[in-house]
Amino acid sequence: MDEQAPDYDLAVIGGGPAGLAGAAAAAREGLSVVLLDAGPRLGGQFYRHRPGEEPARLKALRRGLASGVEVLLEHRVWSVERRPPGFAVHCLAGTRDERPVAVGARALLIATGAHDLALPFPGWDLPGVMTAGGAQALLKGGVLAGRRIVVAGTGPFLLPVAASLARAGARVAGVFEAGPLRAPALALLRRPGRLAEAAEYGRSLLEHRIPYRGRRAVIAARGGDRLTHVTVARVDAAWRPAGGFVEIECDALAVGYGFVPQLELAVQLGCRLGPGPAVAVDAGRRTSVPGVYAAGETTGVGGADLAEVEGRVAGRAAAADLGRGPRPDPGLSRLADRLTAFARSLRDAYPVRDGWRAWLAGDTLVCRCEEVPYSRVREALALGATDARSVKLLARPGMGWCQGRMCGYAVACLSGEDPALVTPSRPVAQPIRLGALASGDAERP
Amino acid sequence: MTAEFEIAFDGTPVPAASGQTIGAALHAAGIVSWRTTRYAGRPRGLFCGIGACFDCLVTVNGRPSLRACLTEARAGDDVTSGPDVIRAEGSPDG
Repeated sequence: MDEQAPDYDLAVIGGGPAGLAGAAAAAREGLSVVLLDAGPRLGGQFYRHRPGEEPARLKALRRGLASGVEVLLEHRVWSVERRPPGFAVHCLAGTRDERPVAVGARALLIATGAHDLALPFPGWDLPGVMTAGGAQALLKGGVLAGRRIVVAGTGPFLLPVAASLARAGARVAGVFEAGPLRAPALALLRRPGRLAEAAEYGRSLLEHRIPYRGRRAVIAARGGDRLTHVTVARVDAAWRPAGGFVEIECDALAVGYGFVPQLELAVQLGCRLGPGPAVAVDAGRRTSVPGVYAAGETTGVGGADLAEVEGRVAGRAAAADLGRGPRPDPGLSRLADRLTAFARSLRDAYPVRDGWRAWLAGDTLVCRCEEVPYSRVREALALGATDARSVKLLARPGMGWCQGRMCGYAVACLSGEDPALVTPSRPVAQPIRLGALASGDAERP
Repeated sequence: MTAEFEIAFDGTPVPAASGQTIGAALHAAGIVSWRTTRYAGRPRGLFCGIGACFDCLVTVNGRPSLRACLTEARAGDDVTSGPDVIRAEGSPDG
């Protein structure tokens, strides 16, 4: 099977803005492209939609796929490996009855996006507590997370979440930003278009009489079998509770502290990471591994506009590297640089401070899957664990179904490590049934 | 347009629409949890909503460990809650 000609010139993993734009750009230059996505419809999380309600921008992006891109939906990639002269992409195809499928390509574009960064706090495992992205995803499917919703965390994403929930008829009891409210304005001034967007959200909050408070955090969720209240506290600059405790009645909490890029495929291939939790790329979105490109949130969280531009840059670079020679497009490079700088300034304006540790009680779950409370993490540290890996071996946080996606950040911090430097080493990027693993890949017909 | 149909949750009819996930259909019907955890028996439902956290695992037509937030509902789906779908798969902890 080695040295066999790959099925495609380029395999694009992830059908969000970055992957769509990348696949289209590469196909336009004459590459044969396969676009793989786990979902039943293209668009990723940003353009998540119900059948028949496709967003206009997504429709436009999808038109770019018309020539030369084969789309494989409901294909979840669990492993990628070098297979000279290219790469093998191992997928699970289908939803309920998944079957293993392998796809070969000369080059790869990793556009796997990100998920919410969750921080633990007492009661965060109660039904009704959801990530901000989860509440937004539910809403894009036409369902409100609750009737009376609190939105909390940090970052600009909280505003569209609150505004869209209110527009859809939820009572949003408040938006609680753990950082100061002044910080984002400076970042937003770098991009007037975004300032207008922020002003629009501001108007929406006013119209629905939603309080937007800075230096406030949800430090506990309360309820028996489901959420009934949250405790909001004033926090200091490090996010430690500093009084002003208020109980707010709600049946849903949408909470998010930014996003974590999904880097496991890049890590499997040995791509260099950094700075921060991101794949290191050059101006063409080439990773340190020849033939592997990355775009969108995997190169640093920056939103849909940047993701799309990065996808185009990466698709063109892949075409150039495979000898297609697209004409240089300095305008596109300048746009990519400008949007990247803006994304960085916005990320810098919303750092996660480590005072969240003061929200934890001994019985607060740190790992939701393995139900590991903070007290057990402390025991592991007292036994001499000095890094996340030894804490994991002693107390089992991160050993469950989610493979540490939800608790990895917290466990790294609690273990005294820089979470940005803890590599998400997951040889199997998606849980796979043992039968499927044992049966091996079916080659593409 | 989206077609309306019914699925069953522990025998009770729940309305759903084509393209809607089982998790969304249950949540819309006021059902916010459908499994309990292995050790403390605590209820769990949707958390990350996009397939990353595996909190919302559910059994559909006898098939365990499906993510309710990703699995789209089909007419007549028989969705069942469980004490713990992980244990149902025969993990050594069960």
